[in-house]
Amino acid sequence: MSDPSVITSSEAPNTDVPTDPGGPLKTDKPRSLAGDAWRDLRRNWIFWAASVLVLIILLMAIWPTLFTSADPRSCALSRQYDGPSGSAYFGYNFQGCDTFARTIHGARASIQIAVVATLLSGLIALVIGMSSGYFGRWVDAILSRFIDVVLGIPFLLAAIVLAKRLSADPQNNGVWAVTVTLGVLGWTTAARIMRSSVISAKNQDYVAAARMLGAGPGRLMLRHILPNSAAPFVVVLTILLGINIASEATLSFLGVGLKGNAISWGISIAEASPYVRTAAAPLVWPSVFLAVTVLAFIMLGDAIRDAFDPKLR
Amino acid sequence: MFRYFVRRLLQMVLTFFGATFIVYALMFANQDDPLQALAGERPLPENQRQALTELYHLNEPFIVQYGYYMQGLLTGDFGRSLTGRQIGDMMADAWPVTIKLALMAIVIGATFAVTTGVISGIRRGGPFDTSTLVFTLVLLALPIVVLAPLAQLIFGIKFQWFPATAGRDATFFQLLLPAIVLGSLVVATELRVTRASVAENLRSDYVRTARAKGLSRRRVIGVHVLRNSLIPVVTLIGVDLGGLMSGAIVTEGVFNIPGVGFNLFRGIRTEDGPLVVGFVSILTIVFLVSNLIVDLLYAALDPRIRYE
Amino acid sequence: MTDIKAEFEAVPGVDPNAPLLEVTDLHVEFRTQYGVAKAVNGANFRLAPRETLAILGESGCGKSVTAQAIMGILDSPPGFITRGEVRYRGVDVLKLPENERRRVRANQIAMIFQDALSALNPVFTVGFQLGELFRMHRGMSRADAKKRSIELLDQVKIPAAASRVNDFPHQFSGGMRQRVMIAMALALDPEVLIADEPTTALDVTVQAQIMGLLAELQQQRNMGLILITHDMGVVADVADRISVMYAGKVVEEAPVYDIYSRPAHPYAKALLESIPRLDMKGQQLSVIKGLPPALTNIPPGCPFNPRCGYARDVCRQDPPPPPYTVAADRTARCHFWEEVVSS
Ligand SMILES: Nc1ncnc2c1ncn2[C@@H]1O[C@H](COP(=O)(O)OP(=O)(O)O)[C@@H](O)[C@H]1O
Ligand code: SF4
Ligand SMILES: [Mg+2]
Repeated sequence: MSDPSVITSSEAPNTDVPTDPGGPLKTDKPRSLAGDAWRDLRRNWIFWAASVLVLIILLMAIWPTLFTSADPRSCALSRQYDGPSGSAYFGYNFQGCDTFARTIHGARASIQIAVVATLLSGLIALVIGMSSGYFGRWVDAILSRFIDVVLGIPFLLAAIVLAKRLSADPQNNGVWAVTVTLGVLGWTTAARIMRSSVISAKNQDYVAAARMLGAGPGRLMLRHILPNSAAPFVVVLTILLGINIASEATLSFLGVGLKGNAISWGISIAEASPYVRTAAAPLVWPSVFLAVTVLAFIMLGDAIRDAFDPKLR
Repeated sequence: MFRYFVRRLLQMVLTFFGATFIVYALMFANQDDPLQALAGERPLPENQRQALTELYHLNEPFIVQYGYYMQGLLTGDFGRSLTGRQIGDMMADAWPVTIKLALMAIVIGATFAVTTGVISGIRRGGPFDTSTLVFTLVLLALPIVVLAPLAQLIFGIKFQWFPATAGRDATFFQLLLPAIVLGSLVVATELRVTRASVAENLRSDYVRTARAKGLSRRRVIGVHVLRNSLIPVVTLIGVDLGGLMSGAIVTEGVFNIPGVGFNLFRGIRTEDGPLVVGFVSILTIVFLVSNLIVDLLYAALDPRIRYE
Repeated sequence: MTDIKAEFEAVPGVDPNAPLLEVTDLHVEFRTQYGVAKAVNGANFRLAPRETLAILGESGCGKSVTAQAIMGILDSPPGFITRGEVRYRGVDVLKLPENERRRVRANQIAMIFQDALSALNPVFTVGFQLGELFRMHRGMSRADAKKRSIELLDQVKIPAAASRVNDFPHQFSGGMRQRVMIAMALALDPEVLIADEPTTALDVTVQAQIMGLLAELQQQRNMGLILITHDMGVVADVADRISVMYAGKVVEEAPVYDIYSRPAHPYAKALLESIPRLDMKGQQLSVIKGLPPALTNIPPGCPFNPRCGYARDVCRQDPPPPPYTVAADRTARCHFWEEVVSS
C-alpha cells in the first residue's frame, strides 16, 4: 500500500468523536476523552509493540553505527554473493556490499524523508482543511474542488511525474525531490479529516459561546477547535508516515526516487530484484525491514484511533 | 438520477481539466530546459530537440501549450515516445494484457475481501475476526515493492507453484500470481470496510425488523445485510483503481508482463519523458472515467442517492 | 385463506382454549463489559383476543426489551432470557426450536417498531419487503406476492397503493411509512400484534390517525394488541388494560378505568399526574423527581423507593414487594397500595 488516498472511511478515525463534547460527561471532566483514550492505550499490547518498534527504527535512523560498524559503501566485487558471516550477518549483495550494513543504514533516508514529507503534508492539510472547514461557503467550495482535482490523479502517477521533474538535476541524489513530492501530494486525506472535524467543532455550543464572547478566528482555531481536532489528525498523520516510507521505496524502486550513491530500502530492493534467482538475501532483508517499519506505524495509528473511537469500546 | 448524473459529469469534467493541467504543469511549467528534463540524463540530439519543441509547442506561452496538449488528448493524439513510436499505438498494444490482469486482480481481491469481511463482521471479536485483523495489518504493511518481488521469489522461484514471469500472450495461469499480488493491494481496505459495514448493519433496526418477519438468518444476512454492506465497498473500488494502476507499474515490471504498467516502468527507467507524460495522462483519464462509472453504480445500489 | 394458514403455520401443541398470550416471570439481562444490566426482572401479563394491553413506563424501563424477548429477536449476546415463560395458546415459545420459533414470528405474533424509517430496509422497495413475507412464508410467486402487497397497502389506506408499492421507504412520509410497517406486521394475519411506541416519532394529528387505524384493524381481525408507550395520554382511549413497568418489573396491572380513577401504585399515580390536562392549564405539572435506577445497580427492596413519597423503612429492604392482589383483575407491587388507592 503506497497510496495515501486509501486511508478511507474505515481507516480514517471517526472524526465526530473527539470533537463531540459527549453530553454531561464531558462538561464535568473536560479531559475525560483523552484520559479514557490513554487508559485504553496503556492496556493495548499492540500500542506497546508498535511503540517499541518505532523507537528501535528511529534509533537505527539516528545512530546506525550503534547496530553495525561495517561501512555500507565499502563494496568489493570479490565478495559478491558471499554468504552470511560473523561480521556480515546477511551476507553480501551482487556488488559485494554488506547487506546488513546497507539495510541498517537504509533506515535513515527512509525515515528522514517520511518524517519531513509527513510534516509538510500535515502543514498543507492543516491550512487547507481548516480554512475550508472554518470559512465555509465559497472558500470551502473552491478548496473542496481542489482536493477532488488532486484526488483525481492516481497518487503514484502524480508522484512519478513530480519526482522526475524535481530530480531532473543529475547532481542531486533525490532526497529533497522525493520529500517534496510525497509532502505535496499526500495531504488530501488529512485535509478532509481536518475539514470535517473543524465543521463539527464549529457547530458545538462551546465554540459558538466563545465566538459570542468575542474570540477572533485565530484564537478560536488555536484554543477551541484545534485541540478537539487533534486526535483524528494525529492518527492520519501516523498512518501517513508508514505510507510515505512505502512510497519512498516504491519511487526509488521505479527509478524516480533516490539515486546516485544514496542508500535506502527501496534502492536495495530495486538493485537486488533482478538477481533474485542467484541471491535472495539482499532482497529479503530490506523488504522485511521496510514491511516491519510500515507495519509499526500503521499499528500505532490503528491503536490510537481505536482508543479514541468509543464505538469500539 | 438524471440530476445526479449531470452533476457528477460536470464534476468530472472539472476534475479532468484540473488533473491534466496539474500533470502537464508538473512536467513542463517553469522549467529552464523542459526538453532536457524530459530526456533526463541522456543527451538530446539537435534534430530530436527541434521535433520535440514543435511537438510540445514549447515556443508558445504555457497556457497555449496546455491547450495543444489537451487537443491532442481529446483527439486521441498522444504524441510519440523518444524511441519514435506512437504512444497511442503502444497503449493499444499494451491494454489487453493489463485489462486482463486488472480484472483478475479486482475479482480475486474483492471476492476474497468481501467473503472474509462478511464472516469477520458476523463473528466480530471471535478468533476468526482477530486473525483477519492481524492479517489485514500485515497486508497493509506490505508495499507492492515488497510483495511483488517476494511473491515471485517464494511462489515463483522457490516453490515453483506458479510461473515466475509472464510474457506478452500470458495465459490465465501465468497471470494468476501477479493478479493475486495486485489484488492483495485492495484486500486490506475492502475487507476492513466490509467488516465494519456488516457489523454496523447487523445492529441496525431493519435487521431487527427482518428477524421479526420470521426470515431465516441466512436470508437476513445474505439479502438484507449484504445488500446494504456492499454499498460502501463499491465506492471503494473507484479509489482502489488508482492503487491498482500504481501497483500494476511495479507488478508488471517485476513479472515482465508487457502491459501498460510495464511500458511506463520502462519509460521511467529509460527516461522517456514523452512516454511517461502520455501514459500518465491516459491513465488519469481512465481513472476519472472509472470513478464516474463507480459513482453511477453507487447510485444504482443506493436508492437514497438515486432519488436525491 | 384459513386452511392455507393452518397448513403453513400450525404450531405443534397449541391449545385453542388456552390464553392467547401469557408472559410469566420473564427475566432478561444484558451482559456487557460494564456489568450485568437487569433490563426485565419478572414481567407478568396476559392477553386475550381483541384485547388491548398497554405497557406503560418511562423510557429505559425495559418495555422494548420485553417485546423483543416475546418476539425472540433480542440481540444475543449481550441479551439473555434468564427465566420465565412466554406461552402462546399454551405453548412456551421460548422452548421451541429455532425453526419453529421463526414461524411463530409474523404468523402468530407480529411487531411494529417505533421508527419506521430505520426499521425498514432503505435499499429495498416496500413492495419487496412486504412481498418477501408471502414468498418466504407462503411460497408465493413474485407476481402473486406483489398483488397481495398492493391489497395490504390498500387496507392500511395508503393512497395509490398500486404505484407506491414500487417506492422506497425514504419516499414516504412518516405517517405513511408507519402504515407500511403496519401492513407488514399484518401481512400473515397474526393473532397478536405488538406495537412498540408506534406513534412516538409522528406528529400529533398523524398519531391519532395511526392509533385509529390500529384499533380498526384490530377489531376487524380479532387480534390481541400490546401497545407499548411512555405516554399515558395516548392509551386512555384505546387500551382495555394497562401494565405499568418500572425498572424491568410490572408494578401495577389493572383495567384502564380502575387505574385512571384510582391508581394503586405510587409510580402509576405519579405518571397519571404528569399527563398535561386541559382543565389544569397553567398549573404546575407534576413531574416525577429523580431518575430511574441504573439497571446494573437496582436498589434493594422496592426499586421505586428512592423516588417514592410513600416510602418507609420496609421499602428499602429485600424482599421487594410482591404483586399484591388489589382486586380480582388487578395487582400492584406496593406494600402500601391500600393507602395509595384510598388517597
Ligand atoms: N442491545 C442492548 N445492549 C445492552 N443493553 C441493552 C440493549 N438493549 C436494551 N438494553 C438495556 O435495557 C434497558 C431497557 O431498554 P428498553 O427496553 O429499550 O427501554 P424502553 O422501556 O425505553 O423501551 C436499557 O436501559 C438498556 O440498559
Ligand atoms: S413499596 Fe414502598 S417504595 Fe415501593 S412504591 Fe410502595 S411505598 Fe413506594
Ligand atoms: Mg423502547
